Amino acid sequence: MKKIFADIIIIGAGPAGMAAALKAGKMGIKNILIIDRMPEPGGILQQCIHNGFGLHKFKKDLTGPEFANHYISKLGRPNIKVMLHTMATELTRDGKVIISNDTDGLVEVTPKAIILAMGCRERTRQQVSIPGTRPSGIFTAGVAQRFMNIEGYMPGKEVVVVGSGDIGMIMARRMTMEGAKVHAVTEILPYPGGLSRNVVQCLNDFDIPLYLQHGVVEIRGRDRVSGVKIAKLDQAGNPTNQTFDIDCDTLLFSVGLIPENELSRMIPLELSPITGGPFIDDNYQTSREGVFTCGNAAFVNDLADYACMEGEIAGEAAANYVNDALSSEFNMRVVAGCNLRFAVPNFLTGKAPVTLYMRVTQPMVDVKITSTDNIVNIKQQIVKPSEMIEVTLDKAQLAKIKELKEFRIGVTPR
Amino acid sequence: MCPIGCAVTVKSDGSGNITQIIGNKCKKGETYVRDEFTNPMRVLTSTVAVEGAAISRLPVRTSNVIPKDKLSDCMNEIQKVKVNAPIKICDKIIKNILGLGVDVIATRDLS
Repeated sequence: MKKIFADIIIIGAGPAGMAAALKAGKMGIKNILIIDRMPEPGGILQQCIHNGFGLHKFKKDLTGPEFANHYISKLGRPNIKVMLHTMATELTRDGKVIISNDTDGLVEVTPKAIILAMGCRERTRQQVSIPGTRPSGIFTAGVAQRFMNIEGYMPGKEVVVVGSGDIGMIMARRMTMEGAKVHAVTEILPYPGGLSRNVVQCLNDFDIPLYLQHGVVEIRGRDRVSGVKIAKLDQAGNPTNQTFDIDCDTLLFSVGLIPENELSRMIPLELSPITGGPFIDDNYQTSREGVFTCGNAAFVNDLADYACMEGEIAGEAAANYVNDALSSEFNMRVVAGCNLRFAVPNFLTGKAPVTLYMRVTQPMVDVKITSTDNIVNIKQQIVKPSEMIEVTLDKAQLAKIKELKEFRIGVTPR
Repeated sequence: MCPIGCAVTVKSDGSGNITQIIGNKCKKGETYVRDEFTNPMRVLTSTVAVEGAAISRLPVRTSNVIPKDKLSDCMNEIQKVKVNAPIKICDKIIKNILGLGVDVIATRDLS
């Protein structure tokens, strides 16, 4: 096996990985290796041809490929080596990374630091256990997106979208624009799973009905999907006998994303059962020293903008680690309190400023975000599970947090 | 227009005139609401067939917003187009589509 060395190896050349590579490069790291299993960098952004990217980061409304291009165009620097068509197959206990591609075969990389930026996977029909036959014509929304936008195929003509996540709504619009008929989007919860602007610009704009608190209870069809039975759900989420049928030839599933952490489990890293990603501190460092993570591999982000910002933090921290300059003042756990599903990063080390990201468990209006000793006290008009809340802590707040026994943050009605 | 998604209430007098706007978090929100009420605009994004490149479709966008009610007509024009590689990001694929003063441009390089 060929053996090579790197200062930092970054697994995944999507927005998070590329941002990390460029930041580490800016900090003077000489030997950065970034790998990706696809034929080109950019990650999932290359198939996300819609706009809405870059609003936070660049104050511009960009499409996925345009946003990716901002980073791709800068990757050709001498201190960054990009290996495409290359997969990481193993992270060994002694800190090595085994990678593989058709030209070099298996290669053992010995890095000083590792940044995990593998992104996430889509939840499938099987994972949500919908009974019925197993015909063709059933796709996850992201797969349908790849077929349409990269390969040039129409997945089908008469469509039902299961789940009101962003990808499902985006694909409802995309398929409609290319001549398909999208009959319905179903959502088991009483509120939409994705951003409000997508409900408006993908569903309302095209008169596509959104059935909240409804679930697909049966899939029919022999070789190809022929229809679904949809049921209204009760308060507990169980199907009632208020049902109706829709004839269709295509089902798109948009029922959630799962951070990709097969490699993380090999080390093993401590993973959070709630986010699906590794436990991380404010340097985006995991439970293993020298191993960092960012983007959707860490936790599911709403926007690529955030994935990039995390990539920059991880890239900077990994660079500091390589230079023996990564220090922490303290180690305070962040406890997700009232009405929060999670808050990340999970630990604060005294770095300032630091941005906490959190998600509420249900939509609420007229709330305040508060913490132990009222160190955080912010009013907010509307909060929704589909729209992550950001709270930035400054030096003064961190000085107070340092003295606490526990730092708990939560959302309560005002 | 932005992911914050504040909920805005608009009151009108029945003849299409806005009498009150409440709930927007910024001035841009007020402008957006006025436009949405009177003349909603959208960016159109899609793909066109491309030959001679590693992938089969070239992603494109309108260079600016177009009236929402023109989305379908614009899609019909875009579906007629076939281009050849190489393409550079921002290349004009359709100039002044439907006379709307907006171009359809490539959103990536394709060699």
